[in-house]
Amino acid sequence: MVTLYVDDLAVSVEKGSTILDAARKLGIYIPTLCYHPDLTTFGGCRVCMVEANGKLVTACRAPVEEGMVVRTDSSAARQVQRTVVELTLSNHNGDCLTCVKDSRCKLQEVANYVGITPERMAMLRSAVPEVEVDESNPFFKLDRTRCILCGICVRTCQEINGVAAIDFGFRGHKTTVVTIGNKGLAESRCESCGECLERCPTGALARKDYEQPSREVKSVCPYCGVGCGIYLGVRGDRVVSVRGDKDSPVNSGQLCVKGRFGYHFINHPDRLTAPLIKRDGVFVEASWDEALDLVAARFLETAKHYGPDALAGISSARCTTEENYLFQKLLRFLGTNNIDHCARL
Amino acid sequence: MAGLATVLGSGAMTNTIGEIEDAGAIFVIGSNTTENHPVIGYRVRKAVRKGAKLIVADPRRIPLTEICDAYLPLKPGTDVALLNAMTHVILREGLEDREFIANRTEGLEEMRRAVEKYTPEYAAAITGVPANDIVRAARLYAGADSAAILYTMGVTQHTSGTENVLSLANLALVTGNLGKPHAGLNPLRGQNNVQGACDMGALPVVFTGYQPVANDEVRAKFVKAWGVELSGVPGLTITEMFQAAADKKVRAMYIMGENPILTDPDANHIYECLESLDFLVVEDIFLTETAQVADVVLPAATFAEKDGTFVNTERRVQRVRQAIKPRGQSEPDWQIIQELARRCGFEWQYESSRQIMEEISFLTPSYAGITFERLEAGGLQWPCPSADHPGTPVLHVGKFSRGLGKFSAVEYRLSAEQPDEEFPFLLTTGRSLYQYHTGTMTMKTDGLNRFHEEELMEINPADAKVLGLCTDDTVNVTSRRGLVRSKIKLTERVQPGVVFMTFHFAETAANLLTNSEVCHIAKTPELKVCAVRIEKA
Repeated sequence: MVTLYVDDLAVSVEKGSTILDAARKLGIYIPTLCYHPDLTTFGGCRVCMVEANGKLVTACRAPVEEGMVVRTDSSAARQVQRTVVELTLSNHNGDCLTCVKDSRCKLQEVANYVGITPERMAMLRSAVPEVEVDESNPFFKLDRTRCILCGICVRTCQEINGVAAIDFGFRGHKTTVVTIGNKGLAESRCESCGECLERCPTGALARKDYEQPSREVKSVCPYCGVGCGIYLGVRGDRVVSVRGDKDSPVNSGQLCVKGRFGYHFINHPDRLTAPLIKRDGVFVEASWDEALDLVAARFLETAKHYGPDALAGISSARCTTEENYLFQKLLRFLGTNNIDHCARL
Repeated sequence: MAGLATVLGSGAMTNTIGEIEDAGAIFVIGSNTTENHPVIGYRVRKAVRKGAKLIVADPRRIPLTEICDAYLPLKPGTDVALLNAMTHVILREGLEDREFIANRTEGLEEMRRAVEKYTPEYAAAITGVPANDIVRAARLYAGADSAAILYTMGVTQHTSGTENVLSLANLALVTGNLGKPHAGLNPLRGQNNVQGACDMGALPVVFTGYQPVANDEVRAKFVKAWGVELSGVPGLTITEMFQAAADKKVRAMYIMGENPILTDPDANHIYECLESLDFLVVEDIFLTETAQVADVVLPAATFAEKDGTFVNTERRVQRVRQAIKPRGQSEPDWQIIQELARRCGFEWQYESSRQIMEEISFLTPSYAGITFERLEAGGLQWPCPSADHPGTPVLHVGKFSRGLGKFSAVEYRLSAEQPDEEFPFLLTTGRSLYQYHTGTMTMKTDGLNRFHEEELMEINPADAKVLGLCTDDTVNVTSRRGLVRSKIKLTERVQPGVVFMTFHFAETAANLLTNSEVCHIAKTPELKVCAVRIEKA
């Protein structure tokens, strides 16, 4: 363990920890933009500058040393932090009210912390560049006027999904996040997993049809056999979002395109909403009593006339464990082991 | 499943998803992991970034081949030859784990004799994979401290499906890659709760927890608990059921949440079988292709509208929770089944899924310690035999369920259908990242359809040239069982002589073409190989 002092408070942390780790352990806020706990550190935004033993360092990367004296709010650190944020804001789209990240935006949070004056902003503010929003992906858009080049999306694509569909392109003030060959996201290698928008600190990468849920329910994804932990976002009586459960040992919060975006079947108007009985080749709505009485009568009749093995049931790998249990129990109660499901398909 | 159960004593993923990223080597065979199990795909890519060696065996150049150390582009259906040759190399070069073999296995000599003739050169002639690459793959796999095998239907959906699994098991056993972390033999299951359905005995030969219906002691236990007489005669598998329907032996059928007209082989045949039933009831969330053939359709609730559990591919039982109320008059399947049971004269009184799980735990040794209370804190991996048992992340530690791990002497056999003059191409099938199975769920999300809205059969440019075909042309794909019209996509992803289709789309139902010939042991149909003819439409 290494002991150091952050703003005069002593703290002991594991060797190899960063100043940011030590500060967070003490509950001391250091502004960050490009730092994300799931990813390797980048140290690119410079907003976490602090003074350590009299030198300016990035807190997210600088390793702790025994007896180190850190000042998070020295005048030098404050000045750098403010300048960095001002420069970031100077060409940032200022239309916050229509941004889906409004009030959950990391840039707003950091700007608030460092204190931005209207006078300074007016001096620095240049025109927001006219860059077309990449709307090619059906689920989310990339609005580069809201991008702060923190690289979190780039690292997410490399380190979480691994497909590495995006990277920084061009140079200097033209630097931007691009796909290979600078094509639209939908035409690129992007797998639309949406992990980048989960981590984007601003509204640069954002859901297109986002609706904030009014409550969330913990569950499990209904698609493949991986069994990712999810939270279903509910608004009224509709499911409006899915996000990964970070505490799940299966997926640590990660999802794929189907799991994250493929929930519209739940609220779909084509859902079956009443029992149907086919009469003269046409389905007619029926009551539950009518439908179930008919099914029971036909099953019992068939078993009586032809023996129970004239019945067969196909259970479902989509249904719950408990439902599968009851399904096989019913068929076996009726006297047959003719039960299977799609395990082989 | 049957294969794994034979050699190890139980059929399920032996290890845990979280272990994959620290494996020394990963052998992916017959699994397009990044498209079909994307989050496991992320783990595989991470493992490679951390230094794992990746071996991929697949007839198609799937995305994982871009980052692999060895790619084995085998001809569809030649898995046994490839795997036997890898085992041959390992034994020839002395790369086997002698201590593990001596202490934990039986039958090595018989297996050694069987693989003797499978030299890399012999296998190369059958599989089309260069002999050098087979040798390299064997060395990479055997050279790692821990090596994990990941496989799916590309291995099992063959008439030799069980043999394929047995020869994979040989590979894991001979290198001691079982019963330890970051290793194992891992079938990745394709559906959210296919593991749970198997565990619950939604199978013709077993009750819950794989307790055989033919075993008198087991049956006596269930007779006592349920209070009814039970049949000890093994039932029919899906494929057999359909044939029995056509033969008028099965007269009434109950299908819950499945769409066999699109998922099962030889769709025309399935349709005819269902039509010949006296009575068909289908319970589903949408009016699927199969539901349209039914006499009665029962509206079910989705996963978001009920409580219960799903069991994932690593045997983890996890809680599913109700978020909203069922749509219209739809109801959770367990309530529908119970109502039906009551009308059949059985006095069932379950008030919740929780109560059903209590009965499951009571009757199922591997689930004995699983309760909804414990699941609130997180999932539990079976076997979980008692209330204080923490669950089992890695199977077969110290001892196999059957005692010793058994080597199998397995011979390569030709697939049921081979290309010939009339049907010169091999069709193989699978799923894509953006659609799921028959699309009942995914096609309700417009964005997913934007990425994949119609079938584009994959064909190698060299074959296309010979046939005079260009991208987006429409072709007639004909097999001995049916005909499908599909647009095509020219891609090197498939090898010459092989074409690939998904089975997502009703308009281009690939399973009109596929062969219902089954593996003689596991009864899995040979969906991955059938002979077809391609003609410009």
